Amino acid sequence: MQVLRANNHTWRKTKSALASALTFVSAVLVIAPLGLVFFYVLKMGAGALSLDFFTHLPAPVGSSGGGMANAIIGTLELLALASAIGIPIGVLGGVYLAEYGSARGNAMLRFIADVLNGVPSITWGVVVYGLVVLRFKGFSAYAGGLALGLIMIPLILRTTEEVILLVPNGYREAALALGIARWKTIVHIVMKTASRGIITGILIALARIGGETAPLLFTAFGNHFWNHSLSEPIAALPLQIFTYAISPYDEWHRQAWAGALVLVTGVFCVNVLVRILTRQRTASA
Amino acid sequence: MTTVLMPSPDPVVFERRDRGIASSPEAEPASELAFAVKDLSMWYGSKRAIDKVTLDIPSKAVTAIIGPSGCGKSTFLRALNRMHELVPRTRIEGTVLLRGENLYANTIDSAVVRRRIGMVFQKSNPFPTMSIGENVIIGLRLNGVRDRRLLNEQLEKSLRMAALWDEVKDDLYKPGTSLSGGQQQRLCIARALAVEPEVILMDEPCSALDPIATAKIEELIHDLKKQYTIVIVTHNMQQAGRVSDYTAFFYMGRLIEFGLTTKIFTNPSQRQTEDYITGRFG
Repeated sequence: MQVLRANNHTWRKTKSALASALTFVSAVLVIAPLGLVFFYVLKMGAGALSLDFFTHLPAPVGSSGGGMANAIIGTLELLALASAIGIPIGVLGGVYLAEYGSARGNAMLRFIADVLNGVPSITWGVVVYGLVVLRFKGFSAYAGGLALGLIMIPLILRTTEEVILLVPNGYREAALALGIARWKTIVHIVMKTASRGIITGILIALARIGGETAPLLFTAFGNHFWNHSLSEPIAALPLQIFTYAISPYDEWHRQAWAGALVLVTGVFCVNVLVRILTRQRTASA
Repeated sequence: MTTVLMPSPDPVVFERRDRGIASSPEAEPASELAFAVKDLSMWYGSKRAIDKVTLDIPSKAVTAIIGPSGCGKSTFLRALNRMHELVPRTRIEGTVLLRGENLYANTIDSAVVRRRIGMVFQKSNPFPTMSIGENVIIGLRLNGVRDRRLLNEQLEKSLRMAALWDEVKDDLYKPGTSLSGGQQQRLCIARALAVEPEVILMDEPCSALDPIATAKIEELIHDLKKQYTIVIVTHNMQQAGRVSDYTAFFYMGRLIEFGLTTKIFTNPSQRQTEDYITGRFG
């Protein structure tokens, strides 16, 4: 029994330990950037964070204090506008893909949605700039919301389709066998069963576009005041961070860090919410 | 081909309900025949699943459909309430009359057909997002019944008919999926009964249940046939013998023999039937 000799065994154990160590190091390297981002942003941003940051407008250059209240509200307004476009189209499109349509047409739609998911976000900004901003001669919240909404559509469409396809056919059959109309079956039985997944998809899309900067550069444009009309330029947190970060003023740099901290925390919270929602789904299934 | 149009989308039944008077099939003139199936053929794509089946299914009795796997018995059952239309690329020829009305007429909405002909499936499938109570009345609610009192009446009546009321009356708010397998299947039967169909189709309703739960469902079928026409597909020949009044034997998409269950099981006229029943194949 040559193979069972002791020295052979030791070499094998060494190889195994080496492989384990490599995978462990890789795992640490994966987690490290997240920790790095979070703690660095926390360290740099926490100092500038105060109640004023959430309630005050940006201060003029040279004076200290001030906040990003208008940018925080602006981001929420932009997310609402984007949702008004992205959620209905994305969800209904996903329902169409999963429940209706022909196999060939659906394969094409799916392909198009996947291509759109891969389009760099700045492209959306340029397209909306050309189609809306130039035509209506002005940057506006509407244009920014449209650009973000367009990014949302394919994201929500694909997740909605996937979770609706996960609903077992038995539920559709049971509902139809009760003489319930097809559309009512889809709305009240299928979509209700898949609702947690659909909401999860929407939240992930919101977290994704919440931090988008490039598509807002030539659409929402940003400003330093309260926005009074959605047809005027509007401030957004990522835009404000961008403007402040490339400025030459230390005070603005501090504010940019604080803004980044608020943004990261927001995205983080949404992701935690998504985890809670998906965990409940698997637990009840 | 006689084509009598069904009132669409049957206001009669729901009008009667809204006045609070239950319209059980009992109230209708006793008819000997529920279904008259003539020369029914069906294809999945180019594959023929049912081949020229002609069969009269009696009213207020239990008709069992037996046969080996793949003989077309489930397909036939689904053709009776147009559930086959959910499968793409199916094609059907022939006629199915329910009390003289052609179920395949262009003017008849499949939802109306299915409201008259309920179905219970092999795997119990209570809606997972709904409570026990909601599961029972969802068919009425989504068909436009809003009256709370009426819904509650139907809820209790259906659960009683499904012999489930005593077990769940204090737990109506609990999820339907919290029940045991046998209870879930009876919940599905209650759900089908709540919309007051004339016929109930059962597609191997006990194949996933233990013997005790199966016995309860069989007992239930026995009670229900006083008011309903029941067509049951089963793999279990003892079950067919126990619950049915009539038996149809299918083989390779054809109806080989149809008759009184007692006759089919004791003195079949076809050799293939006898071979199947005695366990020589299938």
